Amino acid sequence: MYVSYKWLQEYVDLSGITPEELAEKITKSGIEVEGVETLDEGIKGVVVGYVAEKEKHPSADKLNICQVDLGDGELVQIICGAPNVDKGQKVAVATVGAVLPGNFKIKKAKLRGEASNGMICSLQELGFESKLVAKDYSEGIYVFPADTELGTNALEQLHRDDQVLELGLTPNRADCQSMLGVAYEVAAILGKDVKLPQPRVETVSERAADYITVNVEAADDNPLYVAKVIKNVKIAPSPLWLQARLTAAGIRPHNNVVDITNYILLEYGQPLHAFDYDRLGSKEILVRRANQGEKITTLDDAERELTTDHLVITNGEVPVALAGVMGGANSEVGNETTTVLLESAYFTGGAIRKSSKDHGLRSEASARYEKGVDPQRVRPAAERAAQLLTQYAGGEVLEGSVEVDTLKVEPAVITITIDKINRVLGTSLLVSEAKDILERLQFTTVVEENEMTVTVPTRRGDITIEEDLVEEVGRLYGYDNLASTLPGGTASAGSLTPYQKKRRIVRQYLEGAGLYQAITYSLTSEDKAQNYSLEARDPIKLAMPMSEERSVLRLSLTPHLLEVLKYNSARQIDATAIYETGSIFLRTAENELPEEKEHLAAAITGLWELHQWQGEKKPVDFFVLKGILEGLFSKLGLLEQITFTKFEKDGLHPGRSAEVFLNETSIGFIGQVHPNVEKELDLKETYVFELSLEKLLHAEIKPLRYEAIPRYPSITRDIALVVDQTTTAQALSTVIREAGGKLLKDVHVFDLYEGDRMEEGKKSIAYSLKYFDPERTLTDEDVVKAHDKVLKALEEKTGAVLRG
Amino acid sequence: MQERLKELQAEALEKVSAAIDLKELNDIRVAYLGKKGPITEVLKGMGKLSAEERPKMGALANEVRDQITQGITAKQVQLEEAQIQAKLAAETIDVTLPGRPVHTGNHHSLTRVVEEIEDLFIGMGYTVAEGPEVEKDYYNFEALNLPKGHPARDMQDSFYITEDILLRTHTSPVQARTMEKHEGKGPVKIICPGKVFRRDNDDATHSHQFMQIEGLVIDENIRMTDLKGTLEVFAKKMFGEEREIRLRPSFFPFTEPSVEMDISCMICSGKGCNVCKTTGWIEILGAGMVHPNVLEMAGFDSKKYTGFAFGMGAERIAMLKYGVDDIRHFYTNDSRFLKQFSIHE
Repeated sequence: MYVSYKWLQEYVDLSGITPEELAEKITKSGIEVEGVETLDEGIKGVVVGYVAEKEKHPSADKLNICQVDLGDGELVQIICGAPNVDKGQKVAVATVGAVLPGNFKIKKAKLRGEASNGMICSLQELGFESKLVAKDYSEGIYVFPADTELGTNALEQLHRDDQVLELGLTPNRADCQSMLGVAYEVAAILGKDVKLPQPRVETVSERAADYITVNVEAADDNPLYVAKVIKNVKIAPSPLWLQARLTAAGIRPHNNVVDITNYILLEYGQPLHAFDYDRLGSKEILVRRANQGEKITTLDDAERELTTDHLVITNGEVPVALAGVMGGANSEVGNETTTVLLESAYFTGGAIRKSSKDHGLRSEASARYEKGVDPQRVRPAAERAAQLLTQYAGGEVLEGSVEVDTLKVEPAVITITIDKINRVLGTSLLVSEAKDILERLQFTTVVEENEMTVTVPTRRGDITIEEDLVEEVGRLYGYDNLASTLPGGTASAGSLTPYQKKRRIVRQYLEGAGLYQAITYSLTSEDKAQNYSLEARDPIKLAMPMSEERSVLRLSLTPHLLEVLKYNSARQIDATAIYETGSIFLRTAENELPEEKEHLAAAITGLWELHQWQGEKKPVDFFVLKGILEGLFSKLGLLEQITFTKFEKDGLHPGRSAEVFLNETSIGFIGQVHPNVEKELDLKETYVFELSLEKLLHAEIKPLRYEAIPRYPSITRDIALVVDQTTTAQALSTVIREAGGKLLKDVHVFDLYEGDRMEEGKKSIAYSLKYFDPERTLTDEDVVKAHDKVLKALEEKTGAVLRG
Repeated sequence: MQERLKELQAEALEKVSAAIDLKELNDIRVAYLGKKGPITEVLKGMGKLSAEERPKMGALANEVRDQITQGITAKQVQLEEAQIQAKLAAETIDVTLPGRPVHTGNHHSLTRVVEEIEDLFIGMGYTVAEGPEVEKDYYNFEALNLPKGHPARDMQDSFYITEDILLRTHTSPVQARTMEKHEGKGPVKIICPGKVFRRDNDDATHSHQFMQIEGLVIDENIRMTDLKGTLEVFAKKMFGEEREIRLRPSFFPFTEPSVEMDISCMICSGKGCNVCKTTGWIEILGAGMVHPNVLEMAGFDSKKYTGFAFGMGAERIAMLKYGVDDIRHFYTNDSRFLKQFSIHE
């Protein structure tokens, strides 16, 4: 809502308060003032002038040489390029030395050889928004009414010596979508009175009821309809002050009748509509739900197809307005209009919202109906409009209104104790202080001991329960005046859950290992959604996505991380290592929440070791990422429960990927991205893993117990085994561990040879075995016994032979 | 004989002093003090001496040996020291060359903000509650006093999947779920971080996905002054002890009264700058006293219990704290952006 400071002064005494101070006070008490605009800011030296002569510029078709009287009788020559400039007009002249918005200074100039001492201005050049300039002047200069005094300040004549407060209204403050609502609010803040307009209408003897009948079929949507008839109106521009007030509020002036309905909309917050009575085509108004497929062409010349959800005003036959949203072109007020049918109605928010939403049409009217108008202003608004139509459109108001009224208007009555107020706010206000605040808002308040009975005016439809009154008292008392305390009650120990703690450890570990945390979107495209998913399910689609790229919920994190790598690699970043923890979404039954699972994924590409001056460079490989993963399992106490098995999956290198198992349960995969995908994304060798974080963090682990530090030496035996190429290291080490018995403390691979010197189909793999007994020093015999078992088992189970 | 010994001593010491390495020194030792050396040779002539002179000469010979031995030892220490010095000199490196880099990653800037806030509130006795990103309309709206058709649903146009299921538009459904779990018994003290979604086109200041952090306290006798005090602690810990806060009345369907909290601008300290749009204040979060309808719907007796709630966007906090100028940076994951958040002040 845009509030003209000058206009507001008609209702509330603002003497001694600048617009800026007012803005600050309004903001602090409840409505955020988002800005204060000075309408004539940066404009100097623009006066009303009279075009005494006009002749064509000798060497420029589109320019005219004008002799302009600025009020002192002397003529000043000004070249003007506007198509509508003409002899006899009164115009806004920026004189030599004037300043226009954007610090545009007017100087003496020569245009194609002719002197020009100033500029005749359009409204746009005077700081008006284009969309607010009346159509007549939108393509050229502005022309003042003939009775405008020469030489006066043009901006003052246009009533632009004003400031506008832009209120950011929250949905509950529908009451402040009107000047009167703002006036009540400002009066309460300042502790002043509100001066209300007093509509006084003289009527002629003819009766409106003889001209029109009103029937309402949809009484739930439209419980009150008031029609008035005004004859003999003369369509003309409305007075400048009225146009200025519309413009300041962001509404474009049209003609006196339309402007007056808009003026009342701004003043009372009550939308009105003026029909051309003679174009209505009947003497009847019927309000009903539209028929399915019925059509209406609205004032914006758009043809709209209607459904039974939409409320329409009809002439008994066809729609003449989309109720509460926009009038129909068939009954539009135009230059020929002489008799006006004025509608002031109460439509319920739901009905209007549906129309507005379905047709993508938000008007000043629909915005107000959607949030709720004051039922007690429907009639006064109609009266006030009728009054202005007689004053500024020469109309004659017919006797009476034609009404259909099924509306029950009952102001809310709320009782509240001062204790309740103090208990919620933490204040110690007296009942008299609270009463005073409520009465400043013009809420009738009756006190009985500690209890107040408050009658809330219908304009404040948002006040319905005690807490609403607490807020009114609190905000006008001032939150600055509240003390600062901390919650009392029993002290509680705050903490993270074990899962949350472990998730933090996972992040810290991965970051310590060189990975950066990424956060990507949960929405993805349908064609990408199933890539790399751990479980095959159909993706969940949004009902109305904003783009194909973000149309379904993701089933895996990996595709997003690959996108990030692609983005970075396209920007000459040659090494990227990232991870993400985030949810994936698995479809369940229709209309049930999906299963949401938290996953952990990582992706690395490019150089891993980069030690420039020492010449060491090493690209990332499978074992870099696997090492990181094993370190993580170690950190979580799970390494012994983990196995890796060779794995094939779409999008992964078939020879360089593994499925990861926690005991018997698959928890995810690790592998190289398939070279075809790498090529598509323009990536070097890239490795990824994706795991179920939940399975990982919910796994049971042995509690941490101290283990005695060895007091006796251990004995190490190294063996090189020749095995089939296909025998895995994991298979070998499993056999070694099983056979080694309790003396075998550690097994690790220390060499692998697959070169020419091996027999075809064979490889050599070397293990280091560490034997140890915590109770005593091992003898050679002990070790030989254990070690022989190992070798035997290896031979029997894997066909491994010691390399000679 | 006596002279010969003196001569040998002088000769040996001269050679010792001229020795340039340990090998030469050792050769001198063998040459003069060895069993076949000149001193032994000289002493062979002792038999010719008188009984009186013999012990004198013996003593002199020992003294000469000692002198030479001492000379050699001293020289040896000197040479060894020189050798070490030479080795050290040879081993000298340019200590200004860069070290071998240790590659570490770091938290995403939003996680950093979220964890800082979590830890702050954990310290005040809160627990961290989480909930699903895909929610029922009931928890996202209805349980929060936003019945179907409520005008405020306009404020947060949402991504629906079906009529009853949508991507949550705030983390408040976690509050609703937590309250429900408490079955009408306080206290409740939670902080709820999480991803939320709104139908916005992504640009410098809007993102269809963002991170929210909300807090909720419900107990007997929770007052608005408790909310103000809590927010003050938060603002000072997050943005500096010298920050002041201001509560402005506002509107949220799930709180009544509702407020927005501003902090005094940390850039200009209230003098007025671009960041605070010359007002001296920066809007940080929305808050309020839990609406009685919300309490009742979750099974709390609103006559007995009161509570407060607050909520903020992690992106906004990060943008203000670190001066980030485009919200899209948080989701593009440009390495050059991610890497900037490794430092801990």
